[in-house]
Amino acid sequence: MPNSKSAYSFSNKKEKFDTHIIVVWVDNEAGVLARVVGLFSGRGYNIESLAVAQVDEKLKISRITIVTTGTPQVVNQIKLQLRKLVPVHKVADFKREDKAVIFKEMALFKIVGPNNKLEGALKACKKYNPVLLDKTKKSNVIQITALRREIDKMSKDLKKFGLVSVSRTGAVAMTRGADIFK
Amino acid sequence: MSKLYSGAEIVFKCMEDQNVDHIFGYPGGAVLPIYDELQNFKSIKHVLVRHEQGAGHAAEGYARSSGKPGVILVTSGPGATNVVTALTDAYMDSIPLVCISGQVPTHLIGTDAFQECDTTGITRPCTKHNWLVKDINDLAETIHKAFEVATTGRPGPVLVDIPKDIQFQKTKYSKPKKEKKLNGKSHNQFNQNSIDKLIDLMSKSSKPIFYTGGGVINSGPKASELLRELVYATGFPITSTLQGLGSFPGDDNQFLGMLGMHGTYEANNAMHDCDLMINIGARFDDRITGKIDEFSPKSKKVHIDIDPSSINKNVKVDLAIVGDVKTVLSSTLKSLKQKKSKFLKSNKQKTSKWWEKIQKWRSVRSLDYIGSEETIKPQYAIERLYELTKDKDSYITTEVGQHQMWAAQHYKFNKPNRWMTSGGLGTMGYGLPAAVGVQVAHPKKLVIDIAGEASVLMTIQEMSTAVQYNLPIKIFILNNQYMGMVRQWQELLHDKNYSESYTAALPDFVKLAEAYNCVGIRAKTPEELDDKIIQMLNTDRPVIFDCMVDKVENCFPMIPSGKPHNQMILGPKDQESKKITGKGKSLV
Repeated sequence: MPNSKSAYSFSNKKEKFDTHIIVVWVDNEAGVLARVVGLFSGRGYNIESLAVAQVDEKLKISRITIVTTGTPQVVNQIKLQLRKLVPVHKVADFKREDKAVIFKEMALFKIVGPNNKLEGALKACKKYNPVLLDKTKKSNVIQITALRREIDKMSKDLKKFGLVSVSRTGAVAMTRGADIFK
Repeated sequence: MSKLYSGAEIVFKCMEDQNVDHIFGYPGGAVLPIYDELQNFKSIKHVLVRHEQGAGHAAEGYARSSGKPGVILVTSGPGATNVVTALTDAYMDSIPLVCISGQVPTHLIGTDAFQECDTTGITRPCTKHNWLVKDINDLAETIHKAFEVATTGRPGPVLVDIPKDIQFQKTKYSKPKKEKKLNGKSHNQFNQNSIDKLIDLMSKSSKPIFYTGGGVINSGPKASELLRELVYATGFPITSTLQGLGSFPGDDNQFLGMLGMHGTYEANNAMHDCDLMINIGARFDDRITGKIDEFSPKSKKVHIDIDPSSINKNVKVDLAIVGDVKTVLSSTLKSLKQKKSKFLKSNKQKTSKWWEKIQKWRSVRSLDYIGSEETIKPQYAIERLYELTKDKDSYITTEVGQHQMWAAQHYKFNKPNRWMTSGGLGTMGYGLPAAVGVQVAHPKKLVIDIAGEASVLMTIQEMSTAVQYNLPIKIFILNNQYMGMVRQWQELLHDKNYSESYTAALPDFVKLAEAYNCVGIRAKTPEELDDKIIQMLNTDRPVIFDCMVDKVENCFPMIPSGKPHNQMILGPKDQESKKITGKGKSLV
């Protein structure tokens, strides 16, 4: 018998990781984000991106959107562990491939360069609802909303037009149609 | 206008309304206003410990033996950090604790003030929930909610951090609100359909086993009664985890003993070979399952647990029933009686072969050890302790290590709430303060801490607490001068490199007892053991019993690391018959 020299057993099973978007409705109170994030780090779950803001001023409810990866078992644990937290009201879970759900991220790009480059950059963003937020003779700030991988691509493609700074949000999600998540 | 109370008064008003009669604590700068009020609340008795970790474990012992939440009161900074081990221990073993900690005044928070620490930050991962109270008007509601969170669902520790200025401020007091749902989190989520499925599985099974855990104890004494009823009504064999001992009588024929790493041969083999496993209030811990990929490969698995996140965490199950053990068992029994009133009779035939197999495993007598007339074998010491105390309704606590496993194997428990041990976290130093807490809850009962000499030294200062409050706890030390379990692992897995596991300068425990003004007794030979134990039992004062045992005895049977249930190492007898000498004892 090979001596593992360990008090614990190891598993060699390799399982497929899926990307999930977890949406958590929480009481907007001190430390609540630390509780949610601490749960992820403490139990070894991934966070790819995170977006959080209060969505109901009267009830003081915040909505946290977390993009995570894990095996089905881990994703299930994430949901169940989140539901145990006292300030958590409800937890929704969507697969990234889910067609019934809209996922969006926003990015701000600062382009510095001559006019033709600035125009080139704006043109390149055309598909992603570009908004010109700031314009000087030498620079542009462009806002786009798109999927994660599209923003990844744009962050690369815009380099040749003089991209000097990128700022982006985590993903937010909403179901299509009239239904809301209960 | 109704009367105004200070924050400190409100703390005690809340405790009164929550029926708290004992708190365990240690004063300090940031809780002085609360300590100042203590004298005005006669129904609440304070037990002064010698270290805040002791307060935490004492509260755990109190909670586990009484079924009530344990309450701790500590100061800010070091007071709070010292209690972290106990909170984590309670979190792992699902013990309800309410810890009140003082904090520096609100205007000093964040300034690195004297004895300031981020208490809620530090304790966030080791409590069910915690609160920093920044507004006096939230105080009463917060404390009431703290008690509710600690005691409902899967129990656990909570902490309320109260800045010193809040303790001085005044406001109206509000009584606890009844039946307020926590964000609609209900605990019983099962329906009749799953109960019917369970009964169907039970009636089809020819190799069933009940695998029960601490959830049965936590569900209250009624749950243990119902469990017994169900086990007798089905005729199925039952095994228990470390934490579940006592929920089913340890000397009953249907009981296979404890399972897991140091569980019995029959329990582990039955778990491996069964076709139906009914897990009641246990959590498929890694000390139980062994190698997870080969864990009970042929069985259908049912999991009854109050915590939905326990389901499918480590082991995938076929039927999950989320609910309080007591409620689930009572529904199951009701349905069983209605639908299969002659279950026992019709099932006897079906499981007879299974029982034959179990008897064969039993005949291996896996808990046997080689006796000695010269030295006290630790197993023998526990056996004698059991024989001499079994007629008293005794409460046993333990530290962590070999002695703990021997106690679990050789001491038979017949009632719930009589066995207090640190399982999940495995905290050395748990047993002595826990015994203090148990004795506080049960002043007239016999309370024994089965200890190891290494563990007990971690919290030995609590002897002073025991003496101060006339708590006649018995500290029964199996003294082998080694950290026995560490030594055993080094022998088996690290080529006998006994790195730092021998304590070369132990105190003289008898003199130590005298220094604490309690009684010291030493036993050196098997011959004198009984008399000395009787002497201990007849002493109505705290006793430190120094039982000098075999230094190199190992704890068997044992599932070695990375192995499934059916590949156990049995004791030295087994190894001798396989021509492996004591010296060559290692993993083969």
